[in-house]
Amino acid sequence: MNLCLPRVYLLNIEAGIQDLVGDFPGMTFAPRFSPDSKKVIMSFAKDGNSDIYAMDIKTRVVERLTDHPSIDTSPSFSPDGSSITFNSDRSGTQQIYTMKSDGTAVKRISFGEGIYGTPVWSPRGDLIAFTKFFRNKFYIGVMRTDGSGERLLTENFYQEAPSWSPNGRVLIFYRETPSDDKGRGGNAKLWSIDLTGYNERMIETPTDASDPMWSEILAKK
Amino acid sequence: MKLSKISLVHLALLFSLFLGACTTAQKATAPAPAPAPAPVAEGDAYTGTDTVKFLADGVPDRVFFSTNKFNLTTAAVNSLNKQAAFLKANANLNVTIEGHADERGTREYNLALGEKRANIVKDYLISNGIASNRIKVVSYGKERPANPSSSALAWSQNRRSVTVRPN
Repeated sequence: MNLCLPRVYLLNIEAGIQDLVGDFPGMTFAPRFSPDSKKVIMSFAKDGNSDIYAMDIKTRVVERLTDHPSIDTSPSFSPDGSSITFNSDRSGTQQIYTMKSDGTAVKRISFGEGIYGTPVWSPRGDLIAFTKFFRNKFYIGVMRTDGSGERLLTENFYQEAPSWSPNGRVLIFYRETPSDDKGRGGNAKLWSIDLTGYNERMIETPTDASDPMWSEILAKK
Repeated sequence: MKLSKISLVHLALLFSLFLGACTTAQKATAPAPAPAPAPVAEGDAYTGTDTVKFLADGVPDRVFFSTNKFNLTTAAVNSLNKQAAFLKANANLNVTIEGHADERGTREYNLALGEKRANIVKDYLISNGIASNRIKVVSYGKERPANPSSSALAWSQNRRSVTVRPN
């Protein structure tokens, strides 16, 4: 096993046990759970190019979901587990796609100007939140699952990776301030914004923070 | 309650872990020659030398790529030919190829793009007779820019692969 590469692990929070989910070629990254927590979807590069794979956590059986010479990554399940949204550069630039969770019926849904990434399906199933890069700015926005109704909520120098609150009303993401020409600065902090586009605020953290993800526990209580 | 029975739903957390403690030892694999990719037009690949360092006299450590591309330019092929000759002449030397991207685009995508660029360079060196077990690949995505500015020049300098000697 090559210990130099980024790998996906399961962490049992209570026991503190880390469990490598598999020894795959290249780095393994962008992991997300299925809604029933029985599967992990992630990407890794077999033969040098990243595709999306699903692994059954119990049996460790791995299923390849995309098989394309482009980069396919940042997968996210729909709340009913029937579909997956992801980003791919198969059109020439990074855009958002949906497919059934078995990898069939791949469909591009983002067609606006700029590039689109990190799509995440809303808990109610009606929207996909995303990061957009356009004219040197990053936006957090939402669109319907067919790509219509794009609405940008917030614009900044650099921000990405939105995650939905369990009730689908708030998005949390992270934002970095620009570094100067000598590479100083570049602090990352967590921010949240309402789906309405109002109430943008920084979440206080003791140190820099990035890649937030809302737990589902509140929704299940 | 036995820990093994605790529900994964509530307790498990996914994360990627980058283990910094690397060893150079790898299982030996036979060199698998791959067809050399055909050079393409330069596009907006950086053609200057400001950020270039050298593995040895006259052997540039890095090659540059066009936006969202991973093809080798003519200049990149020239540099990699020199790297291949250098590695042939120094048969006990192993290298790591770092793949990098510019800051435009999301982080996960750029990690994948950096890996793809580094793998293309690795394939080219293998096709020029360097054993695959002498070459490791790592991607830093957009996390380690050579030039931290936000400009077309900086982006072109950051879209690169760098061949480094571990340690």
